[in-house]
Amino acid sequence: MSRSYIPHFVHWLGSPPNFYRFAGAWRPWLMAAALIAGAIGLYGGLVLAPPDYQQGDAYRIIFIHVPSAWMSLFIYAGMAVAGLIALVWRVKLAEVVAMESAPIGAAFTFITLVTGSLWGKPMWGTWWTWDARLTSELVLLFLYLGVIGLYHAFEDRRRGARAASLLALVGIVNLPIVHYSVQWWNTLHQGSTVNLFGHSLIASSMLWPLLVMALATHLYYFASLLGRARADLLELEGGKQWVRELVLEESR
Amino acid sequence: MDSPARRHDNTRLPMTSSPVPARTPLLSAHHLAFSRNDEPVFGPLDFGVGRGETLLVEGDNGSGKTTLLRVLAGMLPATTGEIFIDAAAATRDSRNGRMLWLGHRGGLNESLSARENLAFLAGLYGTRDGMTTASAMEYVGIAGWIDEPLRTLSAGQKKRVGLARLLLLAGDIWLLDEPYANLDRHGIDLVNTLIAGHCAHGGAALVTSHGAVRFADPNARHIRLSV
Amino acid sequence: MTHDPATLIPATRLDTLASVRGEIRPGAWRACVALLRRDFLLAWRRRGELFLPLLYAVIVTALFPFALGPDPQLLGRIAGGVLLVIVVLAMLPALESMFRSDLDDGTLEQWLLAPQPLALLVLTRVIAHWLTTALPLLIVMPFLGALLNLPVNVLPVLMLALLLATPLLALLGAVLSALAAGTRRSGILLALMLLPLAVPVVIFAAGAIAAAQAGMSYLAPLVWLAAALALAIVLAPLACAAALRIAVEA
Repeated sequence: MSRSYIPHFVHWLGSPPNFYRFAGAWRPWLMAAALIAGAIGLYGGLVLAPPDYQQGDAYRIIFIHVPSAWMSLFIYAGMAVAGLIALVWRVKLAEVVAMESAPIGAAFTFITLVTGSLWGKPMWGTWWTWDARLTSELVLLFLYLGVIGLYHAFEDRRRGARAASLLALVGIVNLPIVHYSVQWWNTLHQGSTVNLFGHSLIASSMLWPLLVMALATHLYYFASLLGRARADLLELEGGKQWVRELVLEESR
Repeated sequence: MDSPARRHDNTRLPMTSSPVPARTPLLSAHHLAFSRNDEPVFGPLDFGVGRGETLLVEGDNGSGKTTLLRVLAGMLPATTGEIFIDAAAATRDSRNGRMLWLGHRGGLNESLSARENLAFLAGLYGTRDGMTTASAMEYVGIAGWIDEPLRTLSAGQKKRVGLARLLLLAGDIWLLDEPYANLDRHGIDLVNTLIAGHCAHGGAALVTSHGAVRFADPNARHIRLSV
Repeated sequence: MTHDPATLIPATRLDTLASVRGEIRPGAWRACVALLRRDFLLAWRRRGELFLPLLYAVIVTALFPFALGPDPQLLGRIAGGVLLVIVVLAMLPALESMFRSDLDDGTLEQWLLAPQPLALLVLTRVIAHWLTTALPLLIVMPFLGALLNLPVNVLPVLMLALLLATPLLALLGAVLSALAAGTRRSGILLALMLLPLAVPVVIFAAGAIAAAQAGMSYLAPLVWLAAALALAIVLAPLACAAALRIAVEA
């Protein structure tokens, strides 16, 4: 009995007016939760956690860097799944979710690269080093930019969304190959690799703010996605009856 | 020289009845509809075209004639409804190789000659028995241009190369999108003669027209699409 | 002069087409040969364009000694990697036109309705494209290597690496070219999309060259390239066919 609830809910959510209302109702709560979790996480990471015995306070950038890196991959996976649904079942909402995820993911990838570079300065004495993980992130940024660029190159947005979704899926096949090849390349050239946590166990006083920050970035992603998808749907569904009713309702 | 185009003068032929009885329609549509961005373009439509039959799809510009043909050809997915070929649901496999498509883009490369273009397409689709590139070009009245690059031909002549393609290639369902465009009176008669000949041999044709050209066959079936 | 419509199309067997379709449909082999012949014919008609990638490669190669100085030792050390990058860049402009003219003149619609699998036609097109754009680059490679003082023992490895890397790039490029075919202009976009896909190809090809130069075993990266090529031969035509179906929808 309970099994039929989930498909029913997904089907209900797939309809643009339903999604619009659902997103409008959930977005403020998610955003508030993201801000609260972010504040707690940052307080825990920047104030409560002790300085590292090797890196001093410089390590604290991981509380931004690491959750962003996780999000850059998480969002790419989400975009690819939505893209697959868009390609196979031609669900308009899936197209919107995939295409609105891309800029958020690109932003997190960019933050990862910038914070990695900032962290690199005290660690390696240089702003950029071809470290395996940073190089993979750079390639990931280009994958995101390709998806965004292809989407916007089409005049017909829905056709653009499906072409870009296909590119995102090609990228999913490519990502592990990039990851592996870059690591191989890095060891070949004796690159500078700094292990994030020299010892495999990290103090719980450092771990919990990191996990809270990861929660905050996830919440932020969903809140931001709902807001962006909402605006996008409104634009796509322009002259539709439900949009007209909505405008009348809100102008009253 | 007797202009080959002249040969098709006044070919207002009485339609011979189809030699193949049209029991199950060759191509049929059941509640077929298409929407673009949730705006209905056409349908739902129910129709069938049997062997030896011609279906004339009429309607004004923007009424969805071309879209209907593209959906039937599988280039666009139907929003609702089904398409059947020989009473079996149409798949990519059952469709391909049986449908010949003549669209507003000719499907011919301008740098190649008619002979080279047709030879390539014959390699893909196969030819009708006894039909060669030269004889097909002869029928459409431009045999003299067979080795000229298409770039040097007039719009009407290019259209005739497209018609030669229909005559040359194997495929029993013709999907002709505005076949009369760019053609003079002789050319229009030629199209009608080709369709009649194709149908007389058990083929079927779907022809779109915005209604400015009168189709020769008074028995042809009609669908009218409205905007 | 009147025509009987029944005699207009002589001796056709349309009425029996449905029952003997299997025999009437040309085989896949015949279709591939027809497509190859057409593509070679077109390449021959525009044979001037065949030299453009070569010219590009020669120009860029000639610029390096001017920028870095003519020290043969330095040039010899970087020659392998430089030539690899030049080949990737020289292949890029031709990728854009891989499907564009066929989309514009409606030939792709004819491909879509042909009885052969679309992926097979795509693969044939990639082979024709590789033979007409990448193979000439490979042929002039020894000459370009000599310009940059590439060590003689590295040249065979460079050739082998390019022999695996260029078809791989052509296959990946075909997918991207098909994706971008529906857009108006795609030059820089194509480069942006190709970069992430080209990174592993360049890494492994350059890895083999570097290993050969250091006198180490270069087999492993070449085997990885070959594996990636095998994977791409299977997957890329399918992805490309899907992309072409999106492009034709317009």
